[in-house]
Amino acid sequence: MTHLTRLTALSLFLAASPALAQAKQIIGVSIPSADHGWTAGVVYHANQAKAMLEKMYPNVQIIVKTAKDSNEQANQIQDLLTVNKINALVILPQESAPLTRPVAALKAKGVFVTVVDRGLTDPKAQDAYVAGDNTAFGRVAGEYFVKQFGSGGANVVVLRGIPTVIDNQRVDAFKAAVAKSPSIKILDAKFGNWNRDDAFKVMQDYLTRFPKIDAVWASDDDMAVGVIKALEQAKRTDVKLVLGGAGMKEAIKKVMDGDKLMPVDVTYPPSMIADAIRLTVESRVKGTPMKATTLIPSVLVTPANAKDYYFPNSPF
Amino acid sequence: MSQPDPRAVPSGPAPAAAPARAVLTRVASLGPLLGLLALMVVATLLNHDFLTVANLSNVLTRAAFSGIIAVGMTFVIISGGIDLSVGSMAALIAGSMILIMNALSTTLGPGVLTIALGMLAALAIGALAGLFHGTVITRGRIEPFIVTLGTLGIYRAVLTYLAQGGAISLDQGVGDRYGPVYYGSVLGIPIPILVFTAVALLGGLILNRTRYGRYVQAIGSSEQVARYAAIDVTGIKILTYVLLGVCVGLATILYVPRLGSATPSTGLLWELEAIAAVIIGGTALKGGSGRIWGTVVGAILLVTIENVLNLTNIISVYLNAAVTGFVIIGVAFFQRGRR
Repeated sequence: MTHLTRLTALSLFLAASPALAQAKQIIGVSIPSADHGWTAGVVYHANQAKAMLEKMYPNVQIIVKTAKDSNEQANQIQDLLTVNKINALVILPQESAPLTRPVAALKAKGVFVTVVDRGLTDPKAQDAYVAGDNTAFGRVAGEYFVKQFGSGGANVVVLRGIPTVIDNQRVDAFKAAVAKSPSIKILDAKFGNWNRDDAFKVMQDYLTRFPKIDAVWASDDDMAVGVIKALEQAKRTDVKLVLGGAGMKEAIKKVMDGDKLMPVDVTYPPSMIADAIRLTVESRVKGTPMKATTLIPSVLVTPANAKDYYFPNSPF
Repeated sequence: MSQPDPRAVPSGPAPAAAPARAVLTRVASLGPLLGLLALMVVATLLNHDFLTVANLSNVLTRAAFSGIIAVGMTFVIISGGIDLSVGSMAALIAGSMILIMNALSTTLGPGVLTIALGMLAALAIGALAGLFHGTVITRGRIEPFIVTLGTLGIYRAVLTYLAQGGAISLDQGVGDRYGPVYYGSVLGIPIPILVFTAVALLGGLILNRTRYGRYVQAIGSSEQVARYAAIDVTGIKILTYVLLGVCVGLATILYVPRLGSATPSTGLLWELEAIAAVIIGGTALKGGSGRIWGTVVGAILLVTIENVLNLTNIISVYLNAAVTGFVIIGVAFFQRGRR
């Protein structure tokens, strides 16, 4: 029995010693794996932030982990604590509900937690929250529609993402903004699943169904690609505007080049993960408190400001 | 092809009932076709644009992808196998073929040669993937479900790696030359529909009129008996997977010019669409018997449901998948008498 106690004490000491030996800040970053354009951008910007911040603060180590689902992510953050001994965690949860308890457990053990984009079901499980502004994402797009078509009126079709709370917030905000102009008519809104192929099919069917469409709110740059292909195939020239969103580099490039069909874009930048990591590191190193909620605004990208949002090396 | 099943013969002497029963079986075997016709009637009532040439050609063109794959899948399923990897395989082939064409176009230019080599590469990769499946399944004696479940993950992961999670896009020049393969038409019929028709006719011919087709069916009904009959079971089975791989390659050749890009979400769930088309079409999931025309109808039926839902506004968009599910079960119910 004493043997066992001694062994436990020894292993505890060994586990604690690296933390005692240096006041190093170890920051764990847990994000979804790159399974589509936007998350690919998240992985890219997380690694960019790691390289930049580790150079800026030699005492900081950042560990970036990607997970394909909630279960893997829950295991991962446990390992980050027990194996890597992190002081702080920056997490973009795969899903809100299943990760709330695992994250709360980490916080209870003294880890500083920053949650990014997809919120947890219990805000008490986090110290800080950094997110894109989904309401603004829909509102900014809606306001642009009002500005363009408010006087003349327009028939608009909408492509939605995947049925989620995020998508509902965006679409509701868009509808509310567009409702300010009674001459703009939303013909229908169907799911394109944030996917080029599905958007192509849905748009084909919209074109069959509605003889005159003036504008499309594709609500995502990937879906806008499919929409434009469907327009080209049907040789329809009634559509004057396709508005995507998120800030895919090809879409930003089109805005820079003054594209007729896609003159503007609305950001929902995957670089928000980099902002969250930077804010967390700064607050840890300098000991300053971090704001409880930081909203990364959704901005209208026009030819004037497009170059600020253009990352040619990013996969997204 | 459909010999009377001895179990289906009623045990009591009922000579008058027999012809009636035969008629019923005949009607039941037309289940998928009746289902499709019923759906088309409903669609036309809901939206008169359904029967326009433009819409029907959209529907058939979309059905071409999963349909061509499903024709290959029919052989695999009849022989008693399954392939869960075809969606991932299509994505990987699309990505590889775009990368190959982009690389070639720098030296060969964005011409016909570059595109032809890209197409050849697509067929070759598909055939090799099929050869791999067939060999591991037969010689390695691993369940097809397991092997293709494994490659389902492998292929998509490799594509995601190649694309860094983003998109692999075709060079503009090559894309412009290649575009007509999807968007073009001959005598007013879009090219994907023509290819789909050719593949279906050829598939039917191979299945019903060649020794190879008979062997595939024999292996599916009883592998043991087929072995005793000195059929080269291993070789025939491997060939079914190679055929399917080539079909996937062919579908991808038609798919790539549509959007000119491959992303990690390309071809997602195509495997289930193809398998569903085969089963709706009346092929037994346990193997032994099946028919190509049923598969073709099944593929068109699945795409039509989606089209109808987009053309109307009656059903909540949240319930789309439920409608598809009900139709699949309904059509299967129609023809349950055949089993």
